[in-house]
Amino acid sequence: MLQIILTIILYLIMVVPVGTYVYHIAAGKHTFADPVFDRVDGVIFKIGGVDPDSRMSWKRYAAALVGTNAMMILMGYIVLRIQSIPLFNPNGIEGMEESLSFNTIISFMTNTNLQHYSGESGLSYLSQMLVIIFMMFVSAATGYAACIAFIRGLAGKSKDNVGNFFVDLVRIITRVLLPFSIVGGLLLVWQGVPQNFSGNVAVDTIEGTKQAIAMGPVAALEIIKHLGTNGGGFLGANSSTPIENPTILSNLIELYSMMLLPGACVITFGKMVRDRKKLKEQPEKTAHKSLSVWVYGREGRSIFAAMGILFVIGLSVCFWAESQGNPALADAGLSQSMGSMEGKEVRFGIAQSALFTTTTTSFTTGTVNNMHDTLTPLGGMIPMLHMMLNVVFGGKGVGLMNMILYAILAVFICGLMIGRTPEYLGKKIEGREMKLTALCIIIHPLLILAFSALAVGTQADQAGITNPGFHGLSQVLYEYASSAANNGSGFEGLADNTLFWNITTGLAMFFGRYLSIVIQLAIAGSLMKKRFVNESAGTLHTDTMSFAVILVFVVYIFAALTFFPVLALGPIAEHLTLWA
Amino acid sequence: MSKKNQKLVTPDIFRQALIGSFVKLNPVYMMKNPVMFVVEVGCFITLLLSFFPGLFGDVSTGTNLRLYNIIVCVVLFITVLFANFAESVAEGRGKAQAASLKKTQKDTKARLLLPDGTEKEVLSSELKKGDVVMVCAGEVIPGDGEVIEGIASVDESAITGESAPVVRESGGDFCSVTGGTTVVSDWLKIRITSDAGNSFLDRMIALVEGASRKKTPNEIALNTLLVSLTIIFLIVIVTLYPIGIYSGVQLQTSTLIALAVCLIPTTIGGLLSAIGIAGMDRVTRFNVIAMSGKAVEACGDVDTMILDKTGTITYGNRLAADFFPVGSANRSDLIRCAALTSLHDDTPEGKSTLELARHLGDDSQETSGSEFIEFTAQTRMSGVDLPNGTKVRKGAAEAIEKYVKALGGTIPSDLHEQVDKISSLGGTPLTVCENDRILGVIYLKDTVKPGMVERFERLRAIGIKTIMCTGDNPLTAATIAKEAGVDGFIAECKPEDKIDVIKKEQAEGKIVAMTGDGTNDAPALAQANVGLAMNSGTTAAKEAANMVDLDSDPTKILEVVEIGKQLLITRGSLTTFSIANDIAKYFAIIPAMFMISIPQLKVLNIMNLATPNSAILSALIFNAIIIPCLIPLAMKGVKYRPMSSGKMLARNMLIYGLGGVVTPFVGIKIIDTLIAPLLTAIGSGL
Repeated sequence: MLQIILTIILYLIMVVPVGTYVYHIAAGKHTFADPVFDRVDGVIFKIGGVDPDSRMSWKRYAAALVGTNAMMILMGYIVLRIQSIPLFNPNGIEGMEESLSFNTIISFMTNTNLQHYSGESGLSYLSQMLVIIFMMFVSAATGYAACIAFIRGLAGKSKDNVGNFFVDLVRIITRVLLPFSIVGGLLLVWQGVPQNFSGNVAVDTIEGTKQAIAMGPVAALEIIKHLGTNGGGFLGANSSTPIENPTILSNLIELYSMMLLPGACVITFGKMVRDRKKLKEQPEKTAHKSLSVWVYGREGRSIFAAMGILFVIGLSVCFWAESQGNPALADAGLSQSMGSMEGKEVRFGIAQSALFTTTTTSFTTGTVNNMHDTLTPLGGMIPMLHMMLNVVFGGKGVGLMNMILYAILAVFICGLMIGRTPEYLGKKIEGREMKLTALCIIIHPLLILAFSALAVGTQADQAGITNPGFHGLSQVLYEYASSAANNGSGFEGLADNTLFWNITTGLAMFFGRYLSIVIQLAIAGSLMKKRFVNESAGTLHTDTMSFAVILVFVVYIFAALTFFPVLALGPIAEHLTLWA
Repeated sequence: MSKKNQKLVTPDIFRQALIGSFVKLNPVYMMKNPVMFVVEVGCFITLLLSFFPGLFGDVSTGTNLRLYNIIVCVVLFITVLFANFAESVAEGRGKAQAASLKKTQKDTKARLLLPDGTEKEVLSSELKKGDVVMVCAGEVIPGDGEVIEGIASVDESAITGESAPVVRESGGDFCSVTGGTTVVSDWLKIRITSDAGNSFLDRMIALVEGASRKKTPNEIALNTLLVSLTIIFLIVIVTLYPIGIYSGVQLQTSTLIALAVCLIPTTIGGLLSAIGIAGMDRVTRFNVIAMSGKAVEACGDVDTMILDKTGTITYGNRLAADFFPVGSANRSDLIRCAALTSLHDDTPEGKSTLELARHLGDDSQETSGSEFIEFTAQTRMSGVDLPNGTKVRKGAAEAIEKYVKALGGTIPSDLHEQVDKISSLGGTPLTVCENDRILGVIYLKDTVKPGMVERFERLRAIGIKTIMCTGDNPLTAATIAKEAGVDGFIAECKPEDKIDVIKKEQAEGKIVAMTGDGTNDAPALAQANVGLAMNSGTTAAKEAANMVDLDSDPTKILEVVEIGKQLLITRGSLTTFSIANDIAKYFAIIPAMFMISIPQLKVLNIMNLATPNSAILSALIFNAIIIPCLIPLAMKGVKYRPMSSGKMLARNMLIYGLGGVVTPFVGIKIIDTLIAPLLTAIGSGL
């Protein structure tokens, strides 16, 4: 309990400077590192033929984003198919099969990192670096860039300029992801994570059998996997293996590296919106501000609070459920005093496992330090639910964008209840925005529920479901929730490397990613063209704690109610059966 | 507010609405309301299932499936009827309002003046724009028009309900007349300004009837939200079928339909258009005609109100506020004489002088044989000649000075000082003399209407800024502004200034409301987001505005804004209520659906409902009867009290959000208790 609280408090402190730094980069402000990075970026822009001063409308921005990603998908696909060539391939890995390559490349380009393969046996070091690690940087930067463009639209300083996608992409990689990765990567190496190009090492175990110990550029992948909220492991067992995550310190480094940037994104949002307001506000008004307002920006604070409330509720339920242990095992005479330790690493225990589980699914990372398949039913429902909500901080910027959509919904209803047509951040929310918001909110449940229904409804593909009954349904739901939310965490246990699973989850990841981002950019484009409306005592204030609470309710009612029936049939039924 | 049709539903409206609710079942019409259309489709499917229970492969599990399907079908049918009924009632009330307006539209004879000067009798319906007609005392004005010659008093009670006739004359701000009103005295020559059938009144009636009702932008946006919720829940229901089969639960089609109907926002979906119509209707009942629902909606957003001083904030008539004696005269003499001159003076100035004098203890009575002299524009004074020869006069300072000088009197040295002092305060001095002796000055003051100060306070509480426009000098304007408590004022205001102020406010992103009557105001009325024109005003002003006040009471803008807010609040509150209801419905239906196959889920049956079938039907019945239960609220609008946005949000969230969560738990439990034995009796229960 105490270690969870301490970890969260440390996080709240650390996220502030990171948020401020990211804000400076997003807003194009001066930072201490400019003299170095300006030169680096300058060279990249020159080679790439990018005019850093050219500006884009939301349509061009979206086109540049999708186009760039499409090119990378094509290139990555080719590399995966021909990875058998003897280049950085000491373990002699074969080329990847078509449907698995399709699934893998979409998975990594969309920042999902759902893995239907095992890294140690499925990928050459070339693929690990050229496809996996490369994509982890680019997909994270893509999401972040989209989010920054989205915020620019909401803050709306200009009529038709959401920034330049290429500039954003490069700046985020060179100024945020690369430096953070180098520092974090070195810390991981210090903790014992391997970083080399050697082949697997075969050792004799004390039991007298032979075991292959995986080697390779693990630390490099490990750090960006978390920093970019990617989640695909170098090894099949992901961050639960001592190779990827040897100590409690490396566990904390990984936790923080996945939590920092999504949280920083909300701070960036708060500060960028505040910038716009500063232009209008009188200086004396800004004098008496609380610390939290100064740190997060008014609007950022309520969003951050809402996300925080959702996170803490989820974490508490998960922690509680895991601490209860498993009654079936207790009946068998196994002590459950430590909680349900099945599938967990002893060096992490219940607290760090529950925290890691909730974090990885809230921040859409998808990395695991324990096997989610073996979580207690309710404990396993939380990661599933958070992927279904997809707004609890969420991945690189995407979570913020989704949360803003719910804020728009909340504002729509609350605005009416105080007798005004709805407005958010000083812009009127009208038919067009509502249409786009509604569309975006429909996509998520449609992908999860429709594909799940398809999977359990067609007899042929139930073969992959390894557990019958309620838990089997949970496995399916989890797989699609993870895909649609671009999370990538696996319940594992699903025999998912088949044509059906590869194609359907690939489609879920693809639509979950690009449809949402394009629609969200469209909303930003539509809002930024609008005039600012006046704010007075009669307008709805979205910077208050009560708005944060309302936002939490809206998220629960809109998103959670949608999934209540299937959750009742899956984890809830399983829980009630287990504890009956 | 007009007294007619105060009752929510008259028997006549009820009958009409009942018919209307069946007529509206036409699917082509229902398509306009996607939420209710889904319910109708569900009703149709269950109707099929009532005849062929096994149509979609449903297997009876010991219960009478056909009977169950029939009950679901009937409840769905009633749900649709209730929603249609709500809309019909709202329309019915609008129509009743329109009918009373229509009565004034009898086809009348008109005396058309031909270019050669001769008169020709035609029907009013044959008149065209530009025709010139003659209307004499006792005749009905055949159409909307402008007076081009003559002056007459016109009874406009048919439209305004105000029985006192108003004066209409050519030129100026009082030249516009409305068809259907009656000339009481004298005659008017009128140029018709609209073709028959397209007059102001015609358009008004069409609007009130709801015939030309368009969905407002906010309604469209809300509808989008409701449709998207409907789609989401349909996805949930459709996918639940195969997922259920996988989990070993064979769900019956009608149960899935029941769940879908319970989850989609039928409550607000059924009441949404009724709320809109009722909002317009509330404005109409207030004798204000809104040109569109959009205008009423915009009222809710008003940030700044531009108000004319005269008539809106103050009476405009200057009322006696004090007496100032001059020279050697004492105050009681001044008061006595002032009262004497006012005994038969019916002008507001005279009445108020007498009132103030009585208030200050004067009780001078009329001496028989007194001769009262009325005010004329030539003499600019009024007064009384007493039987003893004393002549008492009150009037404009210069006029009295001249009068006294002519009688050989002297002007007290401090008279000018007093007169100037009153002028500088923004008041009007009225000098009083007895024969050749000037006694003093009556201080006439522009008086702020009672209640205005509180009203401005209320406006400030909800964040609305008020700006007063007046032709007065800055000093006077400041005095009145301070007294009334407005946030700002524009002195020596010309009509162009008003537009500038509106534009300036709008540039800051504010929504501006204003009232106006003169032609000069037309551009400003058009520029403002909410323009309320006075019916007494010119046609140009009325055309430019998006609302017209039939009573010509400019203070009404304040109430209209509140009605606009109330409309939006009603919409938002019922939406919240409707969505919040889903929680309880889930807890009724989900365990009911799965309990038989998965007994462990019984734990979720927290309401302890009797049987799965009774639980599903209770939720469905609750879903249906909540619609008529909320009709009165939709018609009247939720209570609106001015308060800060945060407080109001907390209050409404508590009532409609929390209330929306709790009410169905109670309601469904009660219904279940009632119907469970019934279902067992007819054999549908388990």
